Amino acid sequence: MSRMRWARAVLGTLMAGVVAWQAGPAGACGGLVAPNGAVRLVRTTTLAAWHAGYEHYVTSFQFDGDGAEFGSIVPLPGIPTKVEKGGSWTLQRLEREVQPPVATAAASSGVGEAGSATVILQTHVDALELTVLKGGGGAVGQWAKANGFLLTPDAPELLDYYARHSLIFLAARFDAAQARARGQQFGDGTPVHLTIPLPKPWVPLRILTLGQRPSDPVSADVFVLTDLRPTIHLPEVGARVARSQPASSQLLGDLRADQGMQWVPDRMWLTYVAIDAPALQINADLVVAGPPRPPARSARPTPRPPTTLAPTTTSTAPTTAPPTTAGPVLDAAPLLAGPAHRTTEPSGGAVLVALLLLALCGGGVARTLRR
Amino acid sequence: MKAGASISGAVMFLLLGVRPAAAPAPIGGPGRIVTVRITIHHSAFSPRHLRVADGSLVAFHVTNTDPIDHELIVGDQATQDRVERGDEPDHHARGQVSVAAGASASTYYVFGGQRWWQFGCHLPGHWAYGMRGTIEVARR
Repeated sequence: MSRMRWARAVLGTLMAGVVAWQAGPAGACGGLVAPNGAVRLVRTTTLAAWHAGYEHYVTSFQFDGDGAEFGSIVPLPGIPTKVEKGGSWTLQRLEREVQPPVATAAASSGVGEAGSATVILQTHVDALELTVLKGGGGAVGQWAKANGFLLTPDAPELLDYYARHSLIFLAARFDAAQARARGQQFGDGTPVHLTIPLPKPWVPLRILTLGQRPSDPVSADVFVLTDLRPTIHLPEVGARVARSQPASSQLLGDLRADQGMQWVPDRMWLTYVAIDAPALQINADLVVAGPPRPPARSARPTPRPPTTLAPTTTSTAPTTAPPTTAGPVLDAAPLLAGPAHRTTEPSGGAVLVALLLLALCGGGVARTLRR
Repeated sequence: MKAGASISGAVMFLLLGVRPAAAPAPIGGPGRIVTVRITIHHSAFSPRHLRVADGSLVAFHVTNTDPIDHELIVGDQATQDRVERGDEPDHHARGQVSVAAGASASTYYVFGGQRWWQFGCHLPGHWAYGMRGTIEVARR
């Protein structure tokens, strides 16, 4: 199977998984559904990588339906210095790393403050109009409403929640008509790559529950690449570190060959976090912290340069238990003190985001549709 | 012995402590007009429960602190069901008012007859999210 065909097969699988709300291999997903169901944000898949003081956040927006527009809002940990089109295969390559395709013929089927939000940056990536905003939850919500985003009832609380940690949000508006004019097909994704200077990475997970009922299942894959082995705190239930290992040189080489990914160093640590739980249980974010054990903390080195990372072995088998390889520890303190965190990994590292959002429909459409 | 007395005292204290609290006195009265201020924050009403005297005319003053629109619909279960089904473009009936994001609005309702009433918001997904409250009509 060619790389392109393989990628389409993976995307097809992801789409099916999201539409049916099934657990399984998938990208970070979530978001809100427009009231009429005609236009829906289907999925975003996310890589959060932290290297040399920069967060590289790569996600892909895909859509379903025949409506005019939809979009999403993503909390960001800082102001990006660069917003550009992402590479073509980075996310799919990461999925393959943790869910290798079976080599059979069957595999081919397969803080509510008042005031206005400040627009910091606006750009376009294909049919996506991207706006980086700065403001409290209320201000960003007002901006979103004024710009045609449909906010679900849990949005005010979630926006305030994230605004307490960072006042930066990314609003993505997808013009379906323009996408069709560009020849984009149902299920095609538009990858976006944000580069964010960030001393202490974080990965919001609660945003995955946006627009979900408490019992709705949330399934997501969050890939974290860090210079060093991270210590990761997760929600107590429903999220697990399914893979924690040195990234293979083959994986890093494949990623480095993709558009905008030349920054990928020779050695990184790959952490794969699988999320599969009712929305009610995703009540905290992913936090990268220093090692929980005093001896390790006292011995931790500085996070740079990445070449201090020694492990070179590669495992392709999913594991629930972390390898015993002791690597250097990233000097990262927790940003969020979630109510139900547990340490799932000894040793340091770094991170960023997953997320999602708010579906949108044209101004006033929501009101018109409901009555 | 001292320990036993202390334990008995503690038990007595606990028993007294769990005594059910008396229901709050109902507001209003027949022919009386009372104003109730309701705040909407994070898609939730505050207060969520009211107790009014039979025959009261209650003026609701609703303040929406959220960046999204809401509404206040007061009525019996049949009213809530009908509005939830959604065939009304706007609300002008007694006890029904739309409250824009960051705005305030008022409506009124006369309570009588049945004991339990409800109020809530029926914008898409809001009722299911739990955006509702109850009103108890107390008879003399």
